[in-house]
Amino acid sequence: MIAEILLTRYNYVVVALLLPIGAYMMIENRNLVKKVIGMNIFQTGIFLFFITSAYREGADPPIVGSGGEAATYVSPLPHVLILTAIVVGVSLTAVALALIVRIYTEYGTLDERNLREVRADE
Amino acid sequence: MSDLLALLVAVPILGALLTLVAGYTFERLGWGVALVTSLVHTAMAGTVAAQVYAGGEPLAYAVGGFRPPFGIELVVDGLNAAVVVLVAAVALGVLAYARRAGPHSPAFYTGYLLLVAGLSGMSVTGDMFNLYVFLEITGLAAYALVATGDDGRSAVGALKYLLVGTVGASLFLVGIGYAFVATGTLNMADLAEKLAGVGYGSTLVRASFAFVVTGLAVKTALYPLHTWQPEAYASAPDSVSALISALVSTVSAYALARVVYSVYTVDFLASVAYAREFVLVLAGVSIVAGSVLAVMQSELKRMLAYSSVSQFGLVVAAFAVANEAAVTGGLVHLVGHAVMKGGLFLAVGAVAARTGVRYVEQFDGLADRVPLLSAALATLSLSMVGVPPAVGFVGKWYIALGAIQAGSWPIAVVILLSTLLTLAYFLRLVERMYFRSAATTEPSADSPTGTGAAAVADGGNSGDVTDDERPVLGRGDDADFGRPSVGMVAVVVVAAVLAVGLGPLVSTFEPLLEPTLDLLLQP
Repeated sequence: MIAEILLTRYNYVVVALLLPIGAYMMIENRNLVKKVIGMNIFQTGIFLFFITSAYREGADPPIVGSGGEAATYVSPLPHVLILTAIVVGVSLTAVALALIVRIYTEYGTLDERNLREVRADE
Repeated sequence: MSDLLALLVAVPILGALLTLVAGYTFERLGWGVALVTSLVHTAMAGTVAAQVYAGGEPLAYAVGGFRPPFGIELVVDGLNAAVVVLVAAVALGVLAYARRAGPHSPAFYTGYLLLVAGLSGMSVTGDMFNLYVFLEITGLAAYALVATGDDGRSAVGALKYLLVGTVGASLFLVGIGYAFVATGTLNMADLAEKLAGVGYGSTLVRASFAFVVTGLAVKTALYPLHTWQPEAYASAPDSVSALISALVSTVSAYALARVVYSVYTVDFLASVAYAREFVLVLAGVSIVAGSVLAVMQSELKRMLAYSSVSQFGLVVAAFAVANEAAVTGGLVHLVGHAVMKGGLFLAVGAVAARTGVRYVEQFDGLADRVPLLSAALATLSLSMVGVPPAVGFVGKWYIALGAIQAGSWPIAVVILLSTLLTLAYFLRLVERMYFRSAATTEPSADSPTGTGAAAVADGGNSGDVTDDERPVLGRGDDADFGRPSVGMVAVVVVAAVLAVGLGPLVSTFEPLLEPTLDLLLQP
């Protein structure tokens, strides 16, 4: 049963692994930059989930006049959606990194625990 | 006329660009451009709402001319017309306040208008993925705005907000993905039909509901998912905390209602009993825990933030109860809470600008020093507690009524309990303001009093005021931190008047809402 899932639905298994890895990094990592990387991994898992949901075995790309004769086409919609979501993800990363730069110039540390100590002293 | 729906989103975005360009060339133009944009936006929102309530029919607009099931649709019905007007009106009020108080950089006004655009978009959209995109635009603008504070504290608060908010929005996106896999559509009306076709027993549909609700619960800041909120509200500049507290969670809570009613429908709630229980328990815990945490706070803005956790629990509980009285109450409380909580944050900001106090202990005898602001603060506080005829009372009354009608006695009991707790934390404030005389001792350095005064003295609130307007900073009791501008006080007073005045108006608003509710809540 499990072996069958691993063999036939491995793309979903990868998604199911990426999400907790990202979430764990965001919770457990003390370094703020690594937290942001965790956030990116978390989001990438979701992107892959959308893209993989559009895939059909043996389907043609959804391009008119590409000569595809198969009865099924890959759904283009999730790809377009994920393009938007990726843009959102990039903007989020940019804002997060900008904030981290400000935190570093202000407190001189990127370590969460040090940061807490510095702020407690204020 | 339905073009107005698209303009509701487009105008603030254009305004944001204009502010950025104009602001860097002509330093002082930013506020003016933002004001004009906001005025136009308010007028449009008013027109749209008037049309919807007069006609009793929802307005719809197909973006780019693509027909609804394929293209993005914008829809305004009775439920979100109120939210659209609320967004525009609160934004205008806060803008008037921000002229003196707020950060003055062009970047602030740009972020501010982008936030308004995102919130308007969330309110009017009829497409799930579009809702996610506007959720993130709102989020991005909000993170940037929180970080406009002068100190590192606001950057830390903003980063925390960003990390938690992103996880929330991402969970929402996963939920959309599940619904999309199950049905192959993203339009809300279309989804409602196709989800019913797939069957509410389907694991995919149930999982998508769980993800969507959890994601929006993070954005609304329900109890165990609220951790970003106190930090973000407390560390942001006063105008920003007022705007965000009044609108961001409010519109997220509205989005939750919209998704539950328009996509999953009340049938889903009825057929999957534990989905409703899940939301009710989440909301109930939030109501009590938020109030208890608020009682424990000494910093006023933090206390108000935890109070929001409790109030949004109330709103979400109302939406989960899902009968006519409860949903009316939920919507009224949504609007009322925005006016009251926004007003409270503005009042606290104005008081701090005048006297420098930010902690509950420092409010002793405040009524003698700033009578008008104290009166407004007390009015807003009592309205929040739910003293009739204020809007806070009317909202809670309808919610409790709906809960009793639906037989959800625990919710009715929790509402009563939370009202007592709300009384506890607001009454100590009112008591200190009116029934104690001001302390005569110099604030000592190690007490919260000392840090509070210092935080303000080093520019907590007034740091962005240009040099010629910079208030005189002083020490001790008679310290005069400068006078909040007439605009600031006026906005606070208007909020207080609205908090009381909107209450009696609800009975005239209720019949206007009825056609929409009949449509949304029909079994």
